[in-house]
Amino acid sequence: MKYLDEFRDPQLAGRIFADIERITTKPWAIMEVCGGQTHAIIRNGIDQLLPEQIELIHGPGCPVCVTPLGVIDKALDIASRPDVIFCSFGDMLRVPGTHRDLFQVRSTGGDVRVVYSPLDAVRLAEQHPDKQVVFFAIGFETTAPANAMSVHQAEQRHVTNYSVLVSHVLVPPAIEALVSSPTNRVNGFLAAGHVCSVMGCWQYEPLVERFHVPIVVTGFEPLDVLEGIRRVVIQLEAGEARLENAYPRVVQHEGNVPAQKMLADVFEVCDRQWRGIGEIPRSGWRLSDRYREFDAESRFDVSEIKSPESSICRSGEVLQGLIKPNQCEAFGKECTPRKPLGATMVSSEGACAAYYQYRRLDVPDPSSTFDAATSRGVIDAVRLPSTAPIAVAMPARRG
Amino acid sequence: MCLAVPGKVLAIRDDRGTRMATVDFGGVQKEICLAYLPEVVVGDYTIVHVGFAIAKVDEASALETLQMFRDLGIDLDEELGTRQSGALT
Ligand code: SF4
Repeated sequence: MKYLDEFRDPQLAGRIFADIERITTKPWAIMEVCGGQTHAIIRNGIDQLLPEQIELIHGPGCPVCVTPLGVIDKALDIASRPDVIFCSFGDMLRVPGTHRDLFQVRSTGGDVRVVYSPLDAVRLAEQHPDKQVVFFAIGFETTAPANAMSVHQAEQRHVTNYSVLVSHVLVPPAIEALVSSPTNRVNGFLAAGHVCSVMGCWQYEPLVERFHVPIVVTGFEPLDVLEGIRRVVIQLEAGEARLENAYPRVVQHEGNVPAQKMLADVFEVCDRQWRGIGEIPRSGWRLSDRYREFDAESRFDVSEIKSPESSICRSGEVLQGLIKPNQCEAFGKECTPRKPLGATMVSSEGACAAYYQYRRLDVPDPSSTFDAATSRGVIDAVRLPSTAPIAVAMPARRG
Repeated sequence: MCLAVPGKVLAIRDDRGTRMATVDFGGVQKEICLAYLPEVVVGDYTIVHVGFAIAKVDEASALETLQMFRDLGIDLDEELGTRQSGALT
């Protein structure tokens, strides 16, 4: 596939690693906001191959992980009703609610279906006029245009038995909450490229100015992530804070204007609860007045459901970059992807699941990572198309 | 669920007023909504997320970025090379 292999080239990765090594003189903490990038970083062992002064903090950018327990419980309540076909993206099915998950609802007779696109759910509603079809509309700004279009299409086609359970979240207010927190350790951010492909880069300018923090719009292939890190380090070392676009093959400054128009029509900004973090003002979208009739929460009268979160799970601290997943006592013991206690263990984009999947069971010993990187285990984990692991193409580090 | 992947547009059609496309992802083909990328034509590469094309992949810019990576550290290589050959002579 075009521009996938090219952006996984270990030779070029070696060049970028070497350049980061060359320019880094001080310790820096850089947060990748997006779960897709967390996954790419852990899978490719990028964090272990960087100079040891650079710490990557895995941010709250996995929509599955930040969807509050109360919303999951609402979904479970709606999905177990006999007249309902409940549609969702596949990774929501195993997210534990207070007592069960969507899989269990399905095994006890609930009609729960996985769809690829929200438009599939609208089609199901047209095919089953005697049923209520509900779509679980979660996600960041990347997913929202698809969900918005499903509501718009349902309205256009007079599909009255379609509704959406909305829990959309927005990246810029989350970054703002993180940098203004007294416990913040993050020096610079990699902004999620695909969010910016929809919303544009301009949304981040006020944050850069207000908090004097570098933000670099970054893609998802190993070379993209490395380049994002390199650009943040260049700025930090020079004492600068700018908004940069390191993913120009996909992201335009203004973003996707037709999608932004649809979003502005279908949704309106609201305060939103983030699992593990709490409420962040103006950090989500709900249906606008014009489309309010498609709101599943009022159609099924579930707005009163509230659920306290697990007391053992430390995903809130993980999401804020205060601890690494393997510093949670339950990690790999009571909590595994098969039996997740928190949402960051459920989704493959969640930091806990990424650590578990790629066997970061212990706190890594930094002095051994270079040798370890040349060993078979990490070559497997690097999973680049070439047989050469990233480490072979890069100069030996740390003397 | 945020993973969005590039795919090549093979064919475009209209579904009751919504622009749809058949998009190829390295051999797997899917029906994708093109409503947000009105300018896309057959043969273009697009980034697809949950059944929607959200951005076009710009070839010129991809090649430029790759070239920049190839050039990284070239000055340094040359400098080191000169110094080394200087030491040898
Ligand atoms: S390992 Fe499990 S319990 Fe611990 S923070 Fe992660 S999801 Fe929560």
